[in-house]
Amino acid sequence: MAQTRLSATSRVIRWIDFRLPFVGMLQRELYDYPTPRNLSYWWNFGSLSGIMLVVMIVTGVFLAMQYTPHADLAFDSVERIMRDVNWGWMMRYAHMNGASMFFALVYIHLFRGLYYGSYKQPRELLWILGVIILILMIMTAFMGYVLPWGQMSYWAATVITNLFSAIPLIGQNIVTFLWGGFTVGNPTLNRFYALHYLLPFVILAVVFLHLVALHRFGSNNPLGIDKRGPQDTLPFHPYFTIKDLFGLAVFLLIYSFFIFYAPNFLGSSDNYIPANPMRTPNHIVTEWYLLPYYAILRSVPNKLLGVILAFGSIFLMFIVPWLDTSPVRSARFRPVYKWVFWLLVIDVIALGWVGANPPEGLVVTVGQIATLYYFVHFLILFPVIGKLERPRPLPASIAAAVLQGGRATALGAAGAPLAEP
Amino acid sequence: MADLAQQDVSGAHTGETRRDFLILTATAIGAVGVAATIWPFIASLNPARDTLALATTEVDLAPVQLGQRLTVAWRGKPVFIDHRTPQEIKAAEDVNISDLRDPQADSARVKKPEWLVIVGVCTHLGCIPLGQKTGDDRGPYGGWFCPCHGSIYDTSGRIRQGPAPANLVVPPYEFTADTTIKIG
Amino acid sequence: MKKLLLAALALIASAPIPLSAHAEATPSPPHQEWSFNGIFGTYDRAAAQRGFQVYKEVCSACHPVKHLFFRDLAELGYNEDEVKAIASTYQVTNEQPNDQGQMFQRPARPSDPIPGPFPNDQAARLANNGALPPDLSMIVKARDGGPDYVYSILTGYKDAPAGFNLLPGMNYNEYFAGHQIAMPPPLSDNAVTFADGTSATVPQMAHDVVTFLTWAAEPNLEPRHRTGFKVMLFLIVMAGIFYAAKRRIWATAH
Repeated sequence: MAQTRLSATSRVIRWIDFRLPFVGMLQRELYDYPTPRNLSYWWNFGSLSGIMLVVMIVTGVFLAMQYTPHADLAFDSVERIMRDVNWGWMMRYAHMNGASMFFALVYIHLFRGLYYGSYKQPRELLWILGVIILILMIMTAFMGYVLPWGQMSYWAATVITNLFSAIPLIGQNIVTFLWGGFTVGNPTLNRFYALHYLLPFVILAVVFLHLVALHRFGSNNPLGIDKRGPQDTLPFHPYFTIKDLFGLAVFLLIYSFFIFYAPNFLGSSDNYIPANPMRTPNHIVTEWYLLPYYAILRSVPNKLLGVILAFGSIFLMFIVPWLDTSPVRSARFRPVYKWVFWLLVIDVIALGWVGANPPEGLVVTVGQIATLYYFVHFLILFPVIGKLERPRPLPASIAAAVLQGGRATALGAAGAPLAEP
Repeated sequence: MADLAQQDVSGAHTGETRRDFLILTATAIGAVGVAATIWPFIASLNPARDTLALATTEVDLAPVQLGQRLTVAWRGKPVFIDHRTPQEIKAAEDVNISDLRDPQADSARVKKPEWLVIVGVCTHLGCIPLGQKTGDDRGPYGGWFCPCHGSIYDTSGRIRQGPAPANLVVPPYEFTADTTIKIG
Repeated sequence: MKKLLLAALALIASAPIPLSAHAEATPSPPHQEWSFNGIFGTYDRAAAQRGFQVYKEVCSACHPVKHLFFRDLAELGYNEDEVKAIASTYQVTNEQPNDQGQMFQRPARPSDPIPGPFPNDQAARLANNGALPPDLSMIVKARDGGPDYVYSILTGYKDAPAGFNLLPGMNYNEYFAGHQIAMPPPLSDNAVTFADGTSATVPQMAHDVVTFLTWAAEPNLEPRHRTGFKVMLFLIVMAGIFYAAKRRIWATAH
C-alpha cells in the first residue's frame, strides 16, 4: 500500500483480524472470491434461497413471540396475530407464503444443478449437503404447517405421521411415540413447535457447510468446464453482489405480490377451520411443494411400498452423482440428456398435478406412469445415456467461450476429462 | 486486496461520476428498503390492540371500611386504594412540600381526600410495596414500604426514604358515582 | 432457457389449483362485484354496517362470530360511543367472580368478544337438530370461493328438483355440496329494515352481510392493499436502479 499511515478503522480491523481471522475470511469468500464470469441468472437461486432462509427465521422468531403452542389456544393465538398484533398479518402472511417461495427457489436451484451437472465430481458432497437441506426443509415445513392447528394442520399431522405405521411390526408403536398419545394432540403440537423452532438453525448450519463445500472449488457454470485462470473469473464483489441484488429485487416483487394480493392463494381454506379430531375435511391435499411425493405415495397400491418409494424419491438424490456416468457436466454439450432433462421436469409437474387431484380414473394412470418414469429416469436413463451419448466438443476455456463469443475454439476431444484429480 | 478489486472496476472509468452516482443511489435505496422492513418487526413488539383495549377497571368502594386498604388489578398491575383516616390525611397534608424528593401536594394526588388511588408499583425497580395487609410493615411514615430495596412511602404514596426517585403513580381515574371509580 | 423459466412458473402456477371436479355436480359460485376486490379494494362501510345489522338481526340467532370483538366495530365506521352503546346491549359473564364468589352478568364493554347465541357447541347442536352452525367470523376464508360462495349459498335456495331425495329437516341449495343443507333459508325480503332506506331484498341483504363477513374474516385487507401498493412501487424502482447499476458494473467486465 502506498499510504504510509493506516486510518484508525483499518487499524482496528487489523487488530481484530490478527486475533480472529474473520475479516480476512469475509474478504476472501465474499469480496475477492473468484467466480466464473459466465454465470447466468440461474445461479441467482442459491443466494436467493439463503436470503429466504433468513427471512423465514426472522419472521418465524417474531411470530413465535406471539404464538401459543397449545391445542386449545393455538388457533386463536394465530387469529390474534392476524387481527390484533401490530403488522401481525404481514409477518404471518410473509412466513406462510415464504415457505412456498423458499421451496420454489430451492427446486429451481436443484433443477439447475441437474441441468448443468453441478453435482458431478468434485462437487458430490456439495450436492449431498443440498439434499440434506431439502429433507430438513420438508420436515420443518411440515411441522410448521401443523402449528396453526386448523383442520389441514391436524389432518396433515395425522396422515404424515401415519406413514410410519407402514413399518412392519413396530410401525404403530412408532406412530404412538411420535404423537406422544393415542392421536395427534397437544403433546404432538408441543414437540412439533419445539422442533419447528430448532430445525431452521440446523438448516443454517448445513447451509454453512454447503457454502464451505461450494467455495472449495467454486461455482460450476453454464459450460460445466473448470476455470483455468484469472481470465475466466470475476471477483464476487461487485459483479455478483449487484447481480444477486437485482435478482433479489425481482424475486421480492413476486413474493410481495403473494403476501399482499394473494396471501391465501397457495393455502387451503380448510385450514381456517379449527382442528376437529372427529371430522376429516373432504379433500386432503398437501401444500403444493409436497404434491409430487404425495402423488408417488398414492400411486402405489401397496402401503409399505408407497411409503418407501415416496421417501426413496428424495433419498435417490443422494446417489445422483454416481448414477450419472457422463464425462461432461453441462447439458449444453449433451445432445440427448438435454432433452431427457425436460422429460423429468414434465414428469415432476405431472406428479404435482396428480397429487392435487382425487385419485380417480386418468389421474391414477398418469400417477403410476409418472412414478415409474421418475425412477427409470434416475436409475436407468441417467447411467445409460451417460455411457451411450456422444458429447459435443467443449470450449477451451470460459474466457474463450464468453469473450470470443463462441464454441469455435473447441477443445476437440469429446468427453474431455472433467478435472484434474 | 479490497483496493485491488475496487481499482479493477473503477479504474476503467476514471473521471466518470455517473457510475458512482448510480451505485450510491442503489446503496441508498437498498438501505431504505432494509430500514423500512425492520420497522414492522419492531412495531409488532408494541402492545397489540387487544392489550390496549383492556384498559379500564371499575371498582365499587362501598365495602371498603375506614382505614382499610384494597388492591385491584388494572392493566395487570396492582392499584392500591386506601380509605384514609383523618389522621392519615392530616399527616399527608402537613408535610412541608419543599422537603420532598418529588415535591407534590397531597391535594394534587387525590380526587377525594379520604380515597387515595395509586399504582402499587415501586418507582425504583417495579416491586410491589408492602402495606396493604394488616400486619405488613408500613414503614415509619405509615404508608408503604418496598421490601426489595427499602423505599419508604408516606400516606400519600410519596417517596420519603430509599432509592426510589419518584412518588407512586396516580392512575387516571374518575368517580362514576359516590363510591364507584373507573380506573383508566 | 426461457423454456425452463416457463416450466418453473407453470409448476408453481399449476400445482396448487384444485383441478378436481367435486364428485357431485355442484356449480361453482358465480363471481359477484365486491368493493374489496382488486389491488385498491376497500370495504364499503355502509354495506358492511348494513351487513352487521343483518348478522345481528338474522344470522346471530344461530351463528357466533367468535373472533370479533365489539372494539373491532370501530373499523366499520362506528364512533366510540356507538361501539359502547352496541356493546352495552349485550350481557356477558364477567371474567372474575364477584366478592361473594359468584360469576355474574354485566353489560358488555368494547374490549369483550361479541357473545354467540349458545354457551357451547353441544347446546348449539341441541337447538339445531344436531347440526352445528359454524362460526361466521372466519367463514369467508374457510370456504373455497370465499365471498362468492357465501353469497351463492345465501341466495341459492330452490325447490328440490323432482326425484331429488331430500331428507327431512334438510333444505335444497344449489351451491351446497350435495345440495342438502341443514340451514333453512335465512333471508327473506324485508327481514330487516335498513335505516338508510336501502330496500332489503334478499340479494341486497346477502351482498351486505357478505361484505360484513369478509371484513370479519380479513379485517386487515385495507392496510394490506395499501402497504402492498407502496411496497410493490418501491420494489419496482429498486429493481430498476439495481438493474442499471448491474449493467454499469458489468460494462467493465466485457
